[in-house]
Amino acid sequence: MNERGATSEARYEPVIGLEIHVQLRTRTKMFCGCELSFGDRPNVHTCPICLAHPGSLPTTNERAVLYALEIALALDCEIAPRSIFARKNYFYPDNPKAYQISQYDTPLATAGRLGEVRIHRVHLEEDAAKLVHVSESGRIHGSGESLVDFNRAGTPLVEIVSEPDLRDPAAAREWLQLLRTTIRQIGASDVNMEEGSLRCDANVSLRPAGSSGLGTKTELKNMNSFRFIERGIAAEIERQRAILDAGQEVVQETLHFDPRGGSLTSLRSKEEAHDYRYFPEPDLVPLAPTEAMLARARESLPELPAERRERYAAELGLAAAQATQLAFDAELGDYFERVVESAPDVDAPVIANWVAGDLVAALRDADQDGDSPASSRVEPPALGKLAAMAQRGEVSSGAARSVLAAMVAEGGDPRAIVEREGLGQIDDSGELEAIVGRAIEAEAEAAERVRGGNPKAIGPLVGFVMRETKGRAEGAEVTRLIRERLGA
Amino acid sequence: MNELLELSAAAALRRIEAGELSADEYFEAHAAAAAGEELNAYLWRAEPGEARPAPDPEPGSGRGAGDLRGMPIAVKDLFCTEGIETTAGSRILEGYRPPYTATAVRRLGEAGARLLGKTNMDEFAMGSSTENSAYGPVLNPWDRARVPGGSSGGSAAAVAGRLAPWAIGTDTGGSIRQPASLCGIVGLKPTYGAISRYGMVAFASSLDQCGPLTRDVTDAALLLRAMQGRDRRDSTSVGIEAGVELPSREDLAGLRVGVARDFSHHAEGVEPGVAETFERALATIEELGGEVEEVELPHASHGISAYYVIAPAEASSNLARYDGVRYGLRVDGERGLVEMYERTRARGFGAEVKRRVMLGTYALSSGYYEAYYGRALRVRTRIAEDFARAFERCDLIVTPTSPSVAFELGARTADPLAMYLSDYFTVPMSLAGIPAISIPAGLATPPGGGPELPVGLQLTTPAFTESKLLDAAHALERAFAFEGAPR
Repeated sequence: MNERGATSEARYEPVIGLEIHVQLRTRTKMFCGCELSFGDRPNVHTCPICLAHPGSLPTTNERAVLYALEIALALDCEIAPRSIFARKNYFYPDNPKAYQISQYDTPLATAGRLGEVRIHRVHLEEDAAKLVHVSESGRIHGSGESLVDFNRAGTPLVEIVSEPDLRDPAAAREWLQLLRTTIRQIGASDVNMEEGSLRCDANVSLRPAGSSGLGTKTELKNMNSFRFIERGIAAEIERQRAILDAGQEVVQETLHFDPRGGSLTSLRSKEEAHDYRYFPEPDLVPLAPTEAMLARARESLPELPAERRERYAAELGLAAAQATQLAFDAELGDYFERVVESAPDVDAPVIANWVAGDLVAALRDADQDGDSPASSRVEPPALGKLAAMAQRGEVSSGAARSVLAAMVAEGGDPRAIVEREGLGQIDDSGELEAIVGRAIEAEAEAAERVRGGNPKAIGPLVGFVMRETKGRAEGAEVTRLIRERLGA
Repeated sequence: MNELLELSAAAALRRIEAGELSADEYFEAHAAAAAGEELNAYLWRAEPGEARPAPDPEPGSGRGAGDLRGMPIAVKDLFCTEGIETTAGSRILEGYRPPYTATAVRRLGEAGARLLGKTNMDEFAMGSSTENSAYGPVLNPWDRARVPGGSSGGSAAAVAGRLAPWAIGTDTGGSIRQPASLCGIVGLKPTYGAISRYGMVAFASSLDQCGPLTRDVTDAALLLRAMQGRDRRDSTSVGIEAGVELPSREDLAGLRVGVARDFSHHAEGVEPGVAETFERALATIEELGGEVEEVELPHASHGISAYYVIAPAEASSNLARYDGVRYGLRVDGERGLVEMYERTRARGFGAEVKRRVMLGTYALSSGYYEAYYGRALRVRTRIAEDFARAFERCDLIVTPTSPSVAFELGARTADPLAMYLSDYFTVPMSLAGIPAISIPAGLATPPGGGPELPVGLQLTTPAFTESKLLDAAHALERAFAFEGAPR
């Protein structure tokens, strides 16, 4: 960073808010009975309602409402007793009714919180159709022909708007990951950014450090991966900083982030902003969740990542970073807990190391990088057994790594592998002493230096013993024996 | 004229049930009349000899075919009919064949009725004379130089002109009641939510309601009974929980009948003939044992103002889907998408539709919303409260249906405001969502002289009390003994 950047970095504080759209995993669309689909032939999941034929009317998908309630409750929101659907009017070929049914001044839920970030609102709406532009640029302007696929039209969406509580791009990315895990835990969505079931726009502004006002914000669109979110926001902070440093004013506009070049281009300014002419949707009655629906939503909430992190730290004694790693990856966390259950004698932090450290590394070494522990051949009770054997000293830590590699390759029981491979710890001290004797002969030079008072020279001697024993000897015991023999 | 065409539907049903009349013969008599019509009442007709069989009841609907025994019915062209052109009176939907059938029409089919034809109408139900149809005006069977009213003018003219035993239409601010009044027939706008709107091309969603246009009150009850009920495809439909009784009442003894003089006196241009007929009707009410009571509807005279904000606002959104992308008319532009939208809508919509789309777009615009739409909604609430208060003092309220008898073709086309005032008496009930019926109360000489023309009386009662409304209308209908029929 150059000098001027360094000083202006201290002078300005970024203020970041996120606006997230989540496609729900319902069987059918938000306002009609068409099935949701991904990758099917175009326009096969359509009906008079989602094609906006004259006279057709929407009806609300109750499953979508339940998912939205679950999300709102998970985000600690206040649920509106009666929320109102509204029409957002604009012409575009991906918008068949020429209005999107959304929620406006009375959303489903408000005033929530996830982690350190407050939630402004949560509401339900419908997705647009997909446009395919037959042109090089892939943009509608200048394309020869545009085709519309209405399969996606009417897919239920939950929009989540955060308060501008984030202060740097990395925090924005981390918080979005927490949100994703939370929604995945609920099972309400696939929350996949690449496939578009999770979409995120960011509102970014800068203000003088120490000030509590808000600067002029811009809205960033098209950041379709966690990496791009972080990079896009960082690029926009830099852009605004340069503008302010030059004594100019930031213009309120919507920007399109190009991940290839990292550039930001203006989509529209405030003056060009649409007038959506919102008004209450007269075809739908207000959404008034019954007590039964709320109870059902509350009951079906699983333990959420933030709570789970708290439990891992407070009850299981995990360090903060490891608690976060296991809690925010729900699958990994579930796996970890099954191992803990199967090995009551082993401390949870040790098991956390086995799962998040050794097993993940072993899968990576075995080129099964795509494999998570849960999808690997290593059954949680088997890993628990191995951890217990290691703790009792039945296998050396080196041998345990070999056993784990074998389990990753072919699954199975660790004790059977130890017996088959002869990896049990050598507890016959006579046998080990004989090998130590051979090591002193073979590595005479190193032995001489150890005798001469250089303890660091012991390496080759220990290495010899380990090779000879295929790692079955415990390192500390080997060192002790060598020193004893050499009088060091 | 074939004497079968003179029968009311209920009378024909009795003969069919008694085996004295074949349903097919009855249908064919009307199909032939419709084929030879000169009123421009129909946009589509069943070919003589090709009566479609009634569709099977929807599985699980609990409805059985039979009640309506193959009766022919005329349906306003605002209702979607699968595979049969549905234009809503607009050029923009010319040639459009819907992939599905409206719930109201489907239910009539399930009850055994057969589609006789689709009737002409003001484009997208916007108008009070049917002169706004893209397919030419409908003529009033009483005087072919005059309008039948609108927007359900084709349905009203078909029933009055003996081209159909009965018909259905839609009423947003008076579009069933006013043409019924001008054509000397019965027109019922049920409570909002009584009949499903699914498949009815939307004009103003919070006001649109389907209803019957018939020769008499009993026929109206029969159609209402067949069509009403909750529909899972329309979230705003609730149905009439108590059901619909066929009317039998012959007097009004013990009924308190409200008259809102204040509201009536604010009306501009109530013709003397209409006022006299209304006063005679009040006398008849008292002769039947009803007590005429003065009630106040202090906000009802603002109904038209509120209506012409709310209805166009909703229409501007409802009609935005006619963009040339998926169905209906499309006029390509040379410079891409926006020009295609503009050309399609410029050529597809008529002047009145454009006027209301612009009014509504303006009323919903940011910065104007509160001053127009928000305020209109508050007036609407006040009007509903007026009725609720009035119904604490009376069982029903009566007004003239229309300030005038049928007017001459072209008389109001250059003056939209004069046209809008045709709905002065009918709009408040639409805003309040309550049921209202127009029945013929007598004949009156039009202001410029000439043969006498029908005058309607409007009755209204609280929401979902259609059985009471029909009963009172039935008693009055007997007393009025309106025998008039177009020559």
